[in-house]
Amino acid sequence: MVPSSPLLRCVCVRKAFPGVLALDDVSLTVEAGTIHALVGENGAGKSTLIKILAGAHRLDAGCVEIDGRNVDISGARDAEHHGIAVVYQELNLVRDLSVAENIFLGRWPTIPKTRLIDFSQLHRSATSLLASLGIDLPPKTPVGELTVARQQMVEIAHALSLDARILILDEPSAVLTPHELEALFTLVRDLRARGVGIIYISHRLDEIFDLADLVTVLRDGEHISTRPIAEVDRNRLIAEMVGRELTDEFPSRDCPIGEALLTVDRLSAGHRFRNASFAVRAGEVLGVTGLVGSGRSSLLKTIFGAVRATSGKVCAGDAVGPFKSPRQAMAAGIACLPEDRKQEGLLLQRSVRENATLANLSAYADAGILSSRRERGATSDLMRELRIKAVSTESTVNTLSGGNQQKVLLARWMDRPHRIVLFDEPTRGIDVGAKYEIYSLINRLAGEGVAVVMVSSELPEVIGMSDRIAVMHEGAITGILDNRQRQATQEQIMRLASGEVCANDS
Amino acid sequence: MTRKTDGTPVQPRLAAPNPYGTETSSFVTWAVRLRMPIVLALLVIVATILTDGVFARKENLVNVARQISFEALIAFGMTLIITTGGIDLSVGSLVAMTGVVAAIAMRGIGADSASLCILVGLLAGVVVGAGFGTASGTIITRFSLPPFIVTLGGMLIARGLGFIFCSGQPIYEGLPEQLTTLGSGFVLPGLLGKTLPVPVLVMLIGFAVFWLLLARSVFGRSVIAIGSNEEAARLSGIPVRRTKLMVYVLTGGLCGLVGVMHSAKLMAADPKIGEMWELNVIAAVVVGGTSLFGGRGTIPGTLVGALIIGVLNNSLNLLHVQHFWQKVVLGVVILLAALLDAGLSRLGKSR
Repeated sequence: MVPSSPLLRCVCVRKAFPGVLALDDVSLTVEAGTIHALVGENGAGKSTLIKILAGAHRLDAGCVEIDGRNVDISGARDAEHHGIAVVYQELNLVRDLSVAENIFLGRWPTIPKTRLIDFSQLHRSATSLLASLGIDLPPKTPVGELTVARQQMVEIAHALSLDARILILDEPSAVLTPHELEALFTLVRDLRARGVGIIYISHRLDEIFDLADLVTVLRDGEHISTRPIAEVDRNRLIAEMVGRELTDEFPSRDCPIGEALLTVDRLSAGHRFRNASFAVRAGEVLGVTGLVGSGRSSLLKTIFGAVRATSGKVCAGDAVGPFKSPRQAMAAGIACLPEDRKQEGLLLQRSVRENATLANLSAYADAGILSSRRERGATSDLMRELRIKAVSTESTVNTLSGGNQQKVLLARWMDRPHRIVLFDEPTRGIDVGAKYEIYSLINRLAGEGVAVVMVSSELPEVIGMSDRIAVMHEGAITGILDNRQRQATQEQIMRLASGEVCANDS
Repeated sequence: MTRKTDGTPVQPRLAAPNPYGTETSSFVTWAVRLRMPIVLALLVIVATILTDGVFARKENLVNVARQISFEALIAFGMTLIITTGGIDLSVGSLVAMTGVVAAIAMRGIGADSASLCILVGLLAGVVVGAGFGTASGTIITRFSLPPFIVTLGGMLIARGLGFIFCSGQPIYEGLPEQLTTLGSGFVLPGLLGKTLPVPVLVMLIGFAVFWLLLARSVFGRSVIAIGSNEEAARLSGIPVRRTKLMVYVLTGGLCGLVGVMHSAKLMAADPKIGEMWELNVIAAVVVGGTSLFGGRGTIPGTLVGALIIGVLNNSLNLLHVQHFWQKVVLGVVILLAALLDAGLSRLGKSR
């Protein structure tokens, strides 16, 4: 090992896919014991770069050096051999196997001269590894029973059990609560102190300023800048990512607020949440926030008829619910964008057209027979309007980037007018530029007199976008804050969300 | 894994290669899309050569079409079921049972007024078949049970009821003579150089109707949406239960129609017929490119699948291949089709 050479160096890496240059001479250096943040919009090339390091893609030109030596990474095993480990946003764990079995997946210790797993040895190894990392996890528990945050810890332990010296974390924070995030940060800082080189990818700039030593910006496959975090200015960073100045992270909205369109009265759904009451008026955005598990998403789904209400009332215009199915809720003028776009939203194997028209099929049909010409026309209009980047209306949705997938889902609901639109985490996992477009779209809807409910766990977004903010704690609304002047503070919200106080101004 | 096999880099399935979507028109895409028709064409050529042209004679081709017509008709319904992510194992037994029920109904009316008698028989078969499909579909959708187990139960029930209704004896008596047209008759003399068998005509009508239904109708789009992501379909206001129920009702109705036609062909209602049909039908659907996981299926594909199996059976007969060996060859062909499907779609994806 040559002491002066960096742990990992990518030199002029180039990768092209049919029709697009994903990486154009990108260079990146990661020193041992540093956290290097990688930022950029979706489609900037971050994922491609990671996949090259993980051995999932081959580079077309350039080279990767580890400890100053040129290495060839042509498969996952090569990456593992060179000490590179990736923790993807979507975890690769076997839910029915235990923590210990997952950590040593496929490398289980066996009883000598047999092919039987030596479980006592396995649990000992897992316990000592977890202890050395300072992770408190029961080795025998099936990972399916753990929270997502703890599953992520298992994934990190798995990576480090392979003696990884370079750890790549791809948006690890997207699914974590603030408390869990703190635990992750502690672990990551600890790993840095042990000399692991870390590449950290996130769309949340706060985290990057909190955690990283260096930050590199990619845009459209090109390297834009690499600077120590201390020298980075937040607005400039955003400008570099999107390639233009965004004067404000949240576009302003100034529209009159009319009469109540959606009234929820003492709505309950079993143990998920209880006695939720509020009204949303035309042109108003109601933010709903709270910790994971506080019942935010269930509340939204119950209004939409996807979860059965156990008591209470929902009024949408003339229609009185609770609605028994999404179909009924839609008939009452309600639209709902689900939280998990892959599980609950998209038909991943199907085309943009089939996804965009799904909620409004009868509009394209005469006597039950669809007109593909009309579908195509409407889809191209929506693609232009929402600036969806896809080759054609017939492109398969799973080939699009996250932001574009989210826009396809938006297109499905913009396809016909709704008076009430429910958003569940509308900007999760998508980049700054696309976020801005989605905020603008929400504002446009409000301007058209739509009543908007937006569930979000990102407090700056809730404060930046809502007229009022409902905060939930363990299934109950603990307070509704007035935010017409954007005057709510994160502290106020967190106190309500943690159940410390109960405001009664609703 | 990215491994170099025969010099071609193969990309892992997880990779989303291009953030702006895939190219849609290229030679490989076309080859992938037309893989089964190409296989069918090759089979036809090979069969023609091996049989010194006997295979390609018009009478023989009409014969092939007649041989596949019953199972192909049911396969069109099965395509809808499999595209929703379901399966129906009861189709073969249901053909036997509805055949018996229709024969009993016709015997009851009496052969004096033949057309009324046949009409009642057809109606009885289709209604009872659709009713049976309604029962299976209702249990599947109301209690969220796996279609495999529900229709496995249905298969045994229908088979048993078929025997019970006719006390275990095939029904020969009381069927109107004109019924034979439905099973063995011809229409449009002069067309095709010779004539078009009635079952083939019915199959072609079924083909057109189900093609339109799956590829162009709101109902068909709902079927595809449910198969590719049921929760997304529900949250988009698709009537999931009603649509899933409907595919079983339609397939049950088709079984009833085929049951009557089959009795007409034999001029007898036999409770033993239709054994193994469910597997032949599923084979035709899957060889035709429909995904057993749901979300992807086409009616033309199913017709091609049924033709591949039909051509194979027919040419092996012409070549006097022993019956037992025919089964082996058929099994191998189904496996090869699945392998080809997997291999080619990976090739298509990795581009």
